[in-house]
Amino acid sequence: MSELGERPGYFGEFGGRFVAETLMPALIELTDALDTIVNVEPFQREWRELLRHYVGRPTPLWRAERLADALDPARRHLGELWLKREDLCHTGAHKINNALGQVLLAKKLGKTRIIAETGAGQHGVATATAAAVMGLPCEVYMGEVDIARQAPNVSRMKMLGATVTPALSGSRTLKDAMNEALRDWVTNVRTTHYCVGSAAGPHPYPTLVAELQRVIGDEARAQWLESAGGLPDAVVACVGGGSNAIGMFRAFIPDDVALFGVEAAGEGVETGRHAATLTEGRVGVLHGARTLVLSDDDGQILEAHSVSAGLDYPGVGPEHAALMRSGRARYLTASDDEALAAAHQVARTEGILVALETAHAFARLADIAREESRRLARPARIALCLSGRGDKDLSTIEERSK
Amino acid sequence: MTVARIDATFAACRAEGRPALIAYLTTGDPSLEDSLACARALLAAGADMLELGVPFSDPSADGPVIAAASARAIRAGGSLTAALGLAKRLRSESNAPLVLFTYLNPVLAFGQERLPQALLDAGVDALLVVDLPAEEGAELRAALAAVEVAVIPLVAPTTSEAREPSVVLGARGFIYYVSATGVTGLGDAPLGAAAERARAIAARAKLPVVVGFGVDTPDKARALAAARVDGVVVGSAIVGTIAAAPDLASRIAAVRSLVASLASAMK
Ligand SMILES: Cc1ncc(COP(=O)(O)O)c(C=O)c1O
Repeated sequence: MSELGERPGYFGEFGGRFVAETLMPALIELTDALDTIVNVEPFQREWRELLRHYVGRPTPLWRAERLADALDPARRHLGELWLKREDLCHTGAHKINNALGQVLLAKKLGKTRIIAETGAGQHGVATATAAAVMGLPCEVYMGEVDIARQAPNVSRMKMLGATVTPALSGSRTLKDAMNEALRDWVTNVRTTHYCVGSAAGPHPYPTLVAELQRVIGDEARAQWLESAGGLPDAVVACVGGGSNAIGMFRAFIPDDVALFGVEAAGEGVETGRHAATLTEGRVGVLHGARTLVLSDDDGQILEAHSVSAGLDYPGVGPEHAALMRSGRARYLTASDDEALAAAHQVARTEGILVALETAHAFARLADIAREESRRLARPARIALCLSGRGDKDLSTIEERSK
Repeated sequence: MTVARIDATFAACRAEGRPALIAYLTTGDPSLEDSLACARALLAAGADMLELGVPFSDPSADGPVIAAASARAIRAGGSLTAALGLAKRLRSESNAPLVLFTYLNPVLAFGQERLPQALLDAGVDALLVVDLPAEEGAELRAALAAVEVAVIPLVAPTTSEAREPSVVLGARGFIYYVSATGVTGLGDAPLGAAAERARAIAARAKLPVVVGFGVDTPDKARALAAARVDGVVVGSAIVGTIAAAPDLASRIAAVRSLVASLASAMK
């Protein structure tokens, strides 16, 4: 494990386990399972087999020359741009790496039922898929608003045999789906595994999910060394709860590589209608972790807003809060409009429809390249985590392009 | 006073040969003035102790009844600060123990440094934080211990006997046994088993243990009293009664009659 803090489950001052006592024994069991099950050979072999033959890993690292030309025609700032193609994973996003790992673990723990929360639906589809291939029943909680804007994924989950249960409270988005999943888990904790979809929530989830997602960064690092020689100057990923970003970052944390996360600025950070938790949040506790959260003076959680359902979360994984505090990683924001423009640009230059979540990372690429090239005094070489494909977002994109 | 006020209440109930009746309401639902009036009615009708719920936007351990009350209360200006104000007014007219019931985020926003003195000023005797398990919150616990305000631990059906001592370590006032694996407001909690476990915990920890979650009728309260538990918490039934009544007068009448029938069932 690579927790930064000394206390288990803590990254500096962030992390911990803030849940009802009813759930504590299950979290302790899961934490023990990290050492006794997940990080031992038989599990790793089985999971890696699934990643290879079922998910299609390793995913390619694609050199995006036409996009680099479009972003920086003179190529003074952007030397090389390589995309880690998580969109080519089975089910279309990085979420499957985590879902297969957790459902496999749940089976080993003797759990007979899987629950999950989902925003964009990608994690719901991934969990429903993992549950189907491993023969476990699956219930997915999804905010009513997200059910409406991510209809293709709702259909996919249902076809995969999962029950999709709408979360009707609060903002009816990802955070409310997480509340409903926690309520279900408190009630059915003896039989049910809660497959958390991001590197967020109570310990051990941020560590478990990061360990399962670091396959992204490990592969990207090895592929980059092989194809590009040396290491990238900077690594970029979008941040919702932070799982694709931490999966990418973890492999590069020990290196002299700049790390950039991009959050959703929604309609603009200054409008209050955004999901820029690291940029605008305060220290608080949400969904079991001490982290940065969007919260008012009374401690009520604020609603987050983003065109992308997968970034629309008022909390963030605790390891990102710690990476920001320590200065090891930097976090920027991109607005709805910037993300939409970036999605169009990537499609036209590279022939790839990216998820709107990922489009936020693309939207800041030119700025990051400019800044890094100034620091390095040469064009920067950048690796970006292309976390998922955009088919699910076509109706939103069409709607917004009118 | 503080913890001593709680100890005295359990001693008095024990002397009468009955469990303490602990009534919960969400402060600010449907308004802070209504909550004050309802709290007075709960005490007048026979509640020995009050749990004042701080509304929270994301009450992930609560069932639909209390979650909805929380949402209404926030719209009506409910908050930790408002709950403290309510406690202060109750304290000026009653000596009944007051327990503040909250999630952690409102505490963090209020400020952990300023909370102990604020609880003292408001006359609150104990704090119960749903999402603060034994392993967390050492600083807050120490600060509250210093001012004799109890932090109430929760023991759940999933808590093993091996884990139990660490959960109740250093507890004062009382221990809360959650009768069912689930969120608040369940109607089918296994109360017989709960009473048995509660008595066992009380014997081991040498502290009163109250049973809560799922007590919603006088019959259930009577059964728990017959099983000689130290206290019974009634939450969702009261909150639901407040929500169902159309105006303040009927709200007061309804909670009065519910609590009076609960109290007499436990005699
Ligand atoms: C394609 C894609 N990228 C990114 C995210 C954001 O999640 P995380 O920050 O955990 O990677 C999501 C979430 O649904 C997603 O579907």
